[in-house]
Amino acid sequence: MTIGIEHYLTVAGMLFVIGIFGIFLNRKNIIVILMSIELMLLAVNINMVAFSAHLGDLAGQIFTLFILTVAAAEAAIGLAILVVFYRNRGSIDVADVNVMKG
Amino acid sequence: MPTIILFAPLIGALLAGFGWRIMGEKNAQYLTTGLLFLAAFLSWIVFFGQYENTETITIMRWVESGSLNVDWAIRMDRLTQIMLVVVTTVSALVHLYSLGYMENDPQWNEGESYKPRFFAYLSFFTFAMLMLVTSDNLLQMFFGWEGVGVASYLLIGFYYKKPSANAAAIKAFVVNRIGDFGFALGIFGLFLMTDSISFDVIFGQGHTLAGTRLSFLGMDFAAVEIITFLLFIGAMGKSAQLFLHTWLPDAMEGPTPVSALIHAATMVTAGVFLVARMSPLFEYAPGTLVFVTVIGATTAFVAATIGLVQNDIKRVIAYSTMSQLGYMFAAAGVGAYQVAMFHLFTHAFFKAMLFLGAGSVITAMHHEQDMRNYGNLRKKIPYTFAAMMVGTLAITGVGIPLTFFGFAGFFSKDAIIESTFAAGTAAGSYAFWMLVIAAAMTAFYSWRLMFMTFYGEAKGDKHTHDHAKESPLVMLIPLAVLGAGAVISGVAGYHYFFGEYVTEWFGTAVYINHETNQVIHDAHEVPTWVKLSPFVAMLGGSLTAWLFYVAKPGLPAAFAKRNHGLYQFLLNKWYFDELYDVIFVKPAMKLGRFLWKKGDGSVIDGGLNGLAMGIIPWFTKLAGRWQSGYVFTYALAMILGVGALITWFMFTRGTL
Repeated sequence: MTIGIEHYLTVAGMLFVIGIFGIFLNRKNIIVILMSIELMLLAVNINMVAFSAHLGDLAGQIFTLFILTVAAAEAAIGLAILVVFYRNRGSIDVADVNVMKG
Repeated sequence: MPTIILFAPLIGALLAGFGWRIMGEKNAQYLTTGLLFLAAFLSWIVFFGQYENTETITIMRWVESGSLNVDWAIRMDRLTQIMLVVVTTVSALVHLYSLGYMENDPQWNEGESYKPRFFAYLSFFTFAMLMLVTSDNLLQMFFGWEGVGVASYLLIGFYYKKPSANAAAIKAFVVNRIGDFGFALGIFGLFLMTDSISFDVIFGQGHTLAGTRLSFLGMDFAAVEIITFLLFIGAMGKSAQLFLHTWLPDAMEGPTPVSALIHAATMVTAGVFLVARMSPLFEYAPGTLVFVTVIGATTAFVAATIGLVQNDIKRVIAYSTMSQLGYMFAAAGVGAYQVAMFHLFTHAFFKAMLFLGAGSVITAMHHEQDMRNYGNLRKKIPYTFAAMMVGTLAITGVGIPLTFFGFAGFFSKDAIIESTFAAGTAAGSYAFWMLVIAAAMTAFYSWRLMFMTFYGEAKGDKHTHDHAKESPLVMLIPLAVLGAGAVISGVAGYHYFFGEYVTEWFGTAVYINHETNQVIHDAHEVPTWVKLSPFVAMLGGSLTAWLFYVAKPGLPAAFAKRNHGLYQFLLNKWYFDELYDVIFVKPAMKLGRFLWKKGDGSVIDGGLNGLAMGIIPWFTKLAGRWQSGYVFTYALAMILGVGALITWFMFTRGTL
């Protein structure tokens, strides 16, 4: 069986949905949310690369490199915020992060 | 010229009402009075001038809506001319009289300005009344009709510091609303049937309307009967006929000149004018005419009985007015519209004079109105006494029967009584007997008023009697002019209103269906005993009054004691007010209270409070739950939103 574009897209879709559910089914840890976001970004990356190979257009792969860079920066900032947050509140439980409550 | 007559009072009212601060109180009074005299002068010129049957002067197009086209126009015919003369003359004299009467009013404190307001109202009333009588269509008439209602309200409640005056003003307005509702329905009915409210059109439709059927309140009548009946309801309200009369005696709360102008000479006669004006329709409505006759005769009788025992001088004259209006309607009801107008004409003079004379007495007695506190005033206020004497002679109809010597009432009242007899119908003979009895009572209460006021011994506060003095000249001149009218208007008008010239003099202003209506002709050929009957009744009533109040002053009290029930019944005006209180006022108050407490308090306020304090917070709490502050809630919302957007995008392919 040959592995076509639809397989890549299925994997990417699954990863994306796992990422989504990781965000809002998780009640425990903010780090998990960050990981879920990474997962969603990677799902997008897989899509990009898959289409790039499929269509023979390099632009998709170049964008993937950009996204990886941005994702790294985002992860660094997110973790930095998390550290500061932990210093202030003494906890990184999701249940405690509700200062935005109206 | 008619345009000047019509607008002079309006200009006076506007300038005096709004501009008196600039021109000063005195000038405002002189201006309105002067303009009214101008109008009166021109009215007499028009009255005696060249007469062409019906002349219409269009001022402007007023309403244009579908097939309803109404001009604002002056209709000049004999009826209008008579009313113009009556209204402007009495109004001008009342203006003049008020200069004296309103000079020092104890109702107002030093420095309060009330005179320009009073004169502006009077002039405004005159304008509205002129609008009514000069109207060329029913809408314009209705405008004048309501205008005089407003003016009447304002003037009855002129002493707005007195709660009783305010109550009387509201009562007058509300009772008149009932009549006006009938009037408005009548206009609607006419428009429905003839597609026009212009007199020229509808007057030609009387015969057609008599043949058309119209269903009203589930019953089937000839259209003309219903329309005239509804119009007559309006006339009943304005002219204080029985069942809608309770406002008139209370209207005496207003200043006396107002009573003379509005509630004796002009406004209350608008109903009679309406019936005469609509004679081309009434002539085809025999049923309504019977109703008019019966109501008129009964009113004349009932009002006269009440007048017998009242003690307030103004109320006696008020009931007398109501009674005389009943006479007019009885005459109109048997088809003698000209005779009704005759009595209207003469009545305006002598009744205005009686009121103004009463005002003069009241001023002399320092605003004492109870006749039981008068007595022996004829030497103290001789001119007023003379005027009141002329007025009384006129209203009681003193004259030498079968000749042309007599006061105004002698001609007009006898003409009415003869007409009712000549009608020959059941309603006519009912009216005849009622009116003859009422004539006797008229004589009794009129002379009772005279005897109690001017004869006998001075009763009441001695100090007041010592200071009683004659009124100033501005108040006596109107009395003299009206007195002249009360003496000569009957003999001068007899031939034109009732005698041989009546048909050509009225021309087309009054329509008489000669096939069925020969009343005025027949009235001249009634038996001699009928012609004598009002004279005998007058004599009987006068002698009884003399016996009761001059010869044996103890007799009335003894008589009242013996017939206690009857006396109380009459003194309380047949308990009409109490009856209406139980039937209408109390239930209306109860309904109002119910709607206020339950309807407004519980349902509306409760409903709004419940909505604002119960249901809305419940929803906000629900919506607030979404604002949990947890990041994942917002993320979920975002994703759902994105999902929705993408779904929508996919199904519509981005096109709306």
